[in-house]
Amino acid sequence: MTVQYAMVIDTRLCIGCGDCVVACKTENKVPAGLNRDWIVEATSGKYPELHTEFRSERCNHCSHATCVAMCPTGASHNWRNTNIVLVDANKCTGCKACIAACPYDARLIMHPDGYVDKCTFCHHRVEHGLDPACVSTCPTRCMHFGILNDPGSKVSQLLKSRRYKTLMPGTGNQPNVYYLI
Amino acid sequence: MLEELLVTPRFNPKVDPLLGIWTWEISVYLFFGGLTAGIIVFAALAALNKKDAVRSFSANSLALWAPIVLSLGMTTLFLDLEHKLFVFRFYTAFVPTSPMSWGAWILMIIYPVTILQILSTLRPGYPLIAGFVDRISIGRWVLDLTSRYQREIAIVAIPSAVALGIYTGILLSAFNARPFWNSGLLGVLFLVSGLSTAAAMVILLAKEKAEKHWYVRMDIGLILVELVVVALLLINLATGSEQHLKALEYLTSLNGYALAFWVFFIGLGLMVPLVVEFRELVKEHRVLALLGPILVLLGGYLLRHITVNLGQETAWQDYRMEHNPQLLERVKLNYKTEN
Repeated sequence: MTVQYAMVIDTRLCIGCGDCVVACKTENKVPAGLNRDWIVEATSGKYPELHTEFRSERCNHCSHATCVAMCPTGASHNWRNTNIVLVDANKCTGCKACIAACPYDARLIMHPDGYVDKCTFCHHRVEHGLDPACVSTCPTRCMHFGILNDPGSKVSQLLKSRRYKTLMPGTGNQPNVYYLI
Repeated sequence: MLEELLVTPRFNPKVDPLLGIWTWEISVYLFFGGLTAGIIVFAALAALNKKDAVRSFSANSLALWAPIVLSLGMTTLFLDLEHKLFVFRFYTAFVPTSPMSWGAWILMIIYPVTILQILSTLRPGYPLIAGFVDRISIGRWVLDLTSRYQREIAIVAIPSAVALGIYTGILLSAFNARPFWNSGLLGVLFLVSGLSTAAAMVILLAKEKAEKHWYVRMDIGLILVELVVVALLLINLATGSEQHLKALEYLTSLNGYALAFWVFFIGLGLMVPLVVEFRELVKEHRVLALLGPILVLLGGYLLRHITVNLGQETAWQDYRMEHNPQLLERVKLNYKTEN
């Protein structure tokens, strides 16, 4: 993998407004009733010592993507030798192995014709040097996107200077969406 | 405490609120796949050991059932595909990390193997059909050739069928995202269960008493092995990580699969046929002779059904939905009536 893209989301700034969800639906023309990203409100602790965190979640574009490994036809693949995982509709049989393989349940049978679709990190914008639609629309500027193996990038700098976590790292999938805590 | 709520509605069909991507089509396919593996193994064993006299049905006629049963399974597998026109894509790639890709190619080996098996025993097994084939010179040549290499065909058939039987379990066990499935023991369990269901099928179809009895003894052994493998699987879950322990709860909770698993699968699908088949060896009974193998077949299907459904309910995450779609519909309805 030559380029490792990552998304870094500051949970201390996220207010769970849902703009990222709307931006994704608009940008990618996601059909009604379906979503490629979603917001989780996680409350932990014991009353009155409660802590709430908002997380904007999506496909983690894992470095060790089990969906790509399990796809029997090669429809799930890495875009241009990066960690961005895409699905080639012309190769997808709709067997749903990738849905079962994703510990984050980030995949969905989306198209009426029955192929699997998911978050693409807006690779069509990324190849023109733009941020994904969700990142560029965030009103609190809590979302960041960039190249993780470039030490000077904003995402690398944030992960150097702040405490962070990823979701369920125990799956071994090596997710690439980071949450600042 | 940790409570995780979905603020925006995800509700992607078949993913939320519970994963439900595979239903009866896949359970039926896995059942028929295992049954086919068993049929091929028993037909090949009978041919290898030259048991035409004692086990004439399995040596000569059983192989014909393999492609029929497998095709039924392949039909339900096809029904499950959401992008049906692209089914050929299974055969434009081989992905070594994907058990499903292995399975697709194993099935491509199984079909010609079963055809060769049938041809090699067509004359003694189905003399009427063989008579027609023998009338054509090329047909006679094919039957001569395949019956001459009957032993070699059987030697190739056994490992191919074992691969098929194991694959039906590994297909599920390779998903680490679904803790209940994530044990290689599923491969062994599905293979043993497949052999057991095939033995049950022969007990129902064979005419000779000696042959039926051989398979009753074989099935008793297979059921005992199956019980051991199920126990190992449960031990594996009970000594596993948090995700495995949560998965095991589904088998111990009455709200989950406790009834289906313990009463119907272990009880009616394994223990009762075990007792019935033991009794059959001592004293024959016309009704019980049918009941045992029928229960084994039902138990075999139930094992796949429970495994496929339960596995999809187990996951690493446990989100609760705050969004209530019915509530939204009511708001929309009120809005319409007010305006």
